[in-house]
Amino acid sequence: MASTTLSSPAWFGQFTPQIRAFLRNPTGMTGLVLLVVMFLMALTAPFFFPGDPLDMVAQPLLRPGQDPAFPLGTDSLGRDVVAGLVHGSRISLLIGFSAMSISLVIGMLVGTVAGYFGGWLDDLLVRITELFQTLPTFLFVIVLVAIGRPSVTLISLSIGIASWPTIARLARAEFRSLRESDFVLAARSLGYSNARIIFHEILPNALPPIIVTTSVMVATAILLESALSFLGLGDPNRVSWGSMIGAGREMLRTAWYLTAFPGAMIILAVLSLNLVGDALNDALNPRLRGVA
Amino acid sequence: MTTFSRIRATLWRTAIQAIPTVFGIVILVFLLLQMAPGDAVDVLAGESGGISEDGLAMLRTRFGLDQPVLVQLLIYLNNLAHFSLGYSPRYNAPVMELIMTRLPGTLILMLLSQLIAISAGIVLGAIMAAWEGKWPDRLLSLVALLLYSTPAFWIGLMALVVFSVWFGWLPSGGNITIGADLHGWDYVKDFAAHAVLPVVALAGFFVAIYARLVRASMLEISRLDFVRTAHAKGLTPFIVTVRHILRCALAPLITVAGMHFGTMLGGAAVVETVFSWPGLGRLALEAVMARDYAVLLGILLLSSLTVIVANMLVDILHAWLDPRIKANN
Repeated sequence: MASTTLSSPAWFGQFTPQIRAFLRNPTGMTGLVLLVVMFLMALTAPFFFPGDPLDMVAQPLLRPGQDPAFPLGTDSLGRDVVAGLVHGSRISLLIGFSAMSISLVIGMLVGTVAGYFGGWLDDLLVRITELFQTLPTFLFVIVLVAIGRPSVTLISLSIGIASWPTIARLARAEFRSLRESDFVLAARSLGYSNARIIFHEILPNALPPIIVTTSVMVATAILLESALSFLGLGDPNRVSWGSMIGAGREMLRTAWYLTAFPGAMIILAVLSLNLVGDALNDALNPRLRGVA
Repeated sequence: MTTFSRIRATLWRTAIQAIPTVFGIVILVFLLLQMAPGDAVDVLAGESGGISEDGLAMLRTRFGLDQPVLVQLLIYLNNLAHFSLGYSPRYNAPVMELIMTRLPGTLILMLLSQLIAISAGIVLGAIMAAWEGKWPDRLLSLVALLLYSTPAFWIGLMALVVFSVWFGWLPSGGNITIGADLHGWDYVKDFAAHAVLPVVALAGFFVAIYARLVRASMLEISRLDFVRTAHAKGLTPFIVTVRHILRCALAPLITVAGMHFGTMLGGAAVVETVFSWPGLGRLALEAVMARDYAVLLGILLLSSLTVIVANMLVDILHAWLDPRIKANN
């Protein structure tokens, strides 16, 4: 790899000091630990809380601490709140990461082609990107979800389709500026193919800002999903933090904690990703330190 | 170029660019909604209990739902050229009329939130930048990060619990007291009491974005030469911060505020639901439930137009503030 890559500041060579910078960052580590806990929760949910968390298991509206078997009580349909919170992490993380992957694929494809090749193709793709960017994301997601039956796949797809322009713009800007750099000129003069220049020369150098953005995109996707299921547009067969808040809302006057707990889980999940994103930003783009 | 001609050129350029975008959005969303199962007539039939097959067919003919897709699209575009967004089978009213009764509610909610978010963002960002690395900066950064991670609807619900249910200070929903028939100052006070919680809930997320941005740009600007000159000529740190640094930090703030207009529109949709605030977001949700795609398409189109107008305002503001920006770049 090192002998064939002309670009010296590629992330490959510098990864170790950057990982070290990330590990030295207390906020980044806090976020990473939180995120790992969330993942463990999602993975072990069927083991510690077997059965459908949407099933009635006890008397409805047990208050937190009233019954040791259900530490955070039960909701108005007698569902265990703790089981719901733990199982909810599965949906949030699943949708968050798959929606991000979908936007990453579309956005990288559009941004790379537009930025690297330029010309009329660039004009066309920029127009299309602008079009998708003009549509208000959340309203667009609502329309996309309304097209079919709400399911995890459809929701991930909708959020992914509505949010790829961020990645596309970023990738286009990186490719446009790196296309003119000396190491790409050198690679061209050596007769490297476009594919080789794109994947081996430019992509590694274009990645850092994109990696930072992906963590923010997962966070945004989790927030979008929670808003969707809060409005009752989520997957009705899966428990999600948003739908727990939507159901708890009916009991807001008497059982406010049914709304408070799932909200706290959303905050923790999104916060962990934002902390990781901030630390990645500091580690990968030292020049941009502190820029949101 | 004079300020006026710069602004006029900017306006002209953005208006020309907006036309293909609007066309693209209409065609894209129109075709997407054709993929949706069922139509408004199905829902009407389900609700009324029994309509004969003939009755259903008659309704579809009346609303043009029996035509081929391409014909429907052309009819829609023709309507659009006459500033009509079609007719809603569900509400039995023109879509434009429906949206126009709801749009002001959403816009005023967004305008107030934007004002609060920008002023709070500037103040908090300036404080964070002035005490960089010290405890006020650390504390406020943490608060900003928390706000940045919290769904607006959850802030709204928790604020409802505290200020409406526990303390009983503020009403829990709507935008005016129904049947109170208030005028003048009383009306303003009543409206303000209803607006406080939704506005604050919607503003929270954006306060965090703006504060972080103002902090970052102020720190960047404070290292530039002209700031050193200002200090050297004996200006007080406060004057330098407000007149020199903050002023330059406002340009990126305007850009970012414009960029997040669409995000705020989406946030408003959810906050409206929490507070039963009569606005576009709730209309959109009702339209989804009723499979009233004409209304849905109209809302998406009109809200995209407001995004375009917001971006136009940002461009104009920049052209006005900064003479270096040429209208045709």
